[in-house]
Amino acid sequence: MIIRHSPDLRYSDVTPKQVYLNRRRFLAASGVAGLALPFAARAAKLSTTKSSNLGGNEKVTSKEIVSGYNNYYEFGTGKQDPAENAPKWKVPSPWTVQIGGEVMKPKTFDLDAIMKLAPVEERIYRHRCVEAWSIVVPWIGFSLNNLLKQVEPTAKAKFVQFDTYYDPKIMLSPREAGIPFPYKEGLRLDEAMHNLTLLGMGMYGETLPNQNGAPLRLVIPWKYGFKSIKSVNKITFVETQPKTDWAAYAPGEYGFYSNVNPKRDHPRWTQAKERRLGEGFLGRGIEKDTVMFNGYGDQVAGMYTGMDLMKNY
Amino acid sequence: MSKILSSKWTKVFLFIASLAPLAYVVSRAFQNNLTANPIEYITHFTGDWTIRYLMFTLAITPLRNLLNQPKLTRFRRMLGLFAYFYGCLHFLIWSVLDKQLDPHVMWEDILKRWYITVGMAALLGLTPLAITSTAGWVRRLGYKRWQKLHRIVYGCAALGVIHYWLLVKSDIRLPLMYGAILTALLVYRWVVSMRKQPPAPKRVPVGVVR
Repeated sequence: MIIRHSPDLRYSDVTPKQVYLNRRRFLAASGVAGLALPFAARAAKLSTTKSSNLGGNEKVTSKEIVSGYNNYYEFGTGKQDPAENAPKWKVPSPWTVQIGGEVMKPKTFDLDAIMKLAPVEERIYRHRCVEAWSIVVPWIGFSLNNLLKQVEPTAKAKFVQFDTYYDPKIMLSPREAGIPFPYKEGLRLDEAMHNLTLLGMGMYGETLPNQNGAPLRLVIPWKYGFKSIKSVNKITFVETQPKTDWAAYAPGEYGFYSNVNPKRDHPRWTQAKERRLGEGFLGRGIEKDTVMFNGYGDQVAGMYTGMDLMKNY
Repeated sequence: MSKILSSKWTKVFLFIASLAPLAYVVSRAFQNNLTANPIEYITHFTGDWTIRYLMFTLAITPLRNLLNQPKLTRFRRMLGLFAYFYGCLHFLIWSVLDKQLDPHVMWEDILKRWYITVGMAALLGLTPLAITSTAGWVRRLGYKRWQKLHRIVYGCAALGVIHYWLLVKSDIRLPLMYGAILTALLVYRWVVSMRKQPPAPKRVPVGVVR
């Protein structure tokens, strides 16, 4: 007998009303409501229907590291900046994701509706940054294809473009960060529909911290981390390869595909090795050999047969 | 002002103050608080202080002239040596902790990665200056020659800024700031040297027979 937990969890349910009301009362009473306290960033429990370890035999990285060392240029370009600045951001509620472009049924979803589309599960993935560091993270979410198939892509849809939420009032300007905002990423349609491509809503059993891309992000474990776009609020199906942020900024350094590839060095550093954060003596990290497709080749290499991955990096 | 500048204690204070960044990072290490990527953090930390001390060193001469405080020169050598000191720590962290002293890996990095090539060149350029920073060496070389040799520091500082510029991903604000400071410090020297030059001797046009 298959016991299915009903996926009827609503996003607004995850923070019990009592809790946030109390917090507001507390803030009002103590007269510090004007202070940018990180109340919006408070994580709430997320229950999952199952857990799969797709990280192999590797140790899960501590939550402190995963939520304390981030690239999220909208909140600062230093590794510690997002953990400091992003919690002050009050994630808009309801969170909406506008899906359009080459589709039969363009639609704007709110997060509660998205959460109902499929059972929410935990998946442990290895995560490899283009900067040659890596972590192992227990993400929570479900395959992105559960959402994408809702809008029925047309025959013209060859690529999918994703946009990150952008609010110039609280985030860096493109001039300061050096890259265009809103941040854009993209996948080929088959990559976007691949089961491993996760639409993430949480990690470590809770909702996502802001610096990790709350409330909704992608996780594409065989590609460099910057492909796994954070805080997605717009998805567009397009016919031609979209202009993604890093590939547009420095095409010789960051490609559209950005599959993890130990043979294709970044012009300024080697991609043959990576530093696994948080392990080794005094947590100084251990050096590991980087594996093609970050070790997910069995599942994804088929999508790239016949392609020269040194050219299509 | 000049009393403070000529006091022995000011120098002692400056020496101790210049060790403060090192003390800070060591204390963070003991608290196990060097961020999620400690090697990267201490590499960047020591690199930052190297470039700051290079700027401090190069700021002494213009400040001395603008404020009319000749005594400021007393601190120049110490600041320059601290730039070299933090630069050596920066190099040691890269070579020992990051590259595990693997000569093959290090050499490949120096050849293949421009920012490392440039950074190495800057540190190598500073080495003879650190060695010849003593009064004995000024005497041995003669002041004019010593001064000429020590102009290498301008090139090293420029390489340091380029090194920084090459390694940031997209946010160039800090390298840009150091580039601007360095440009101002060098333009100041250039203007001063142009003024000091004696007027050019009158030229007699070629072919004029008198």
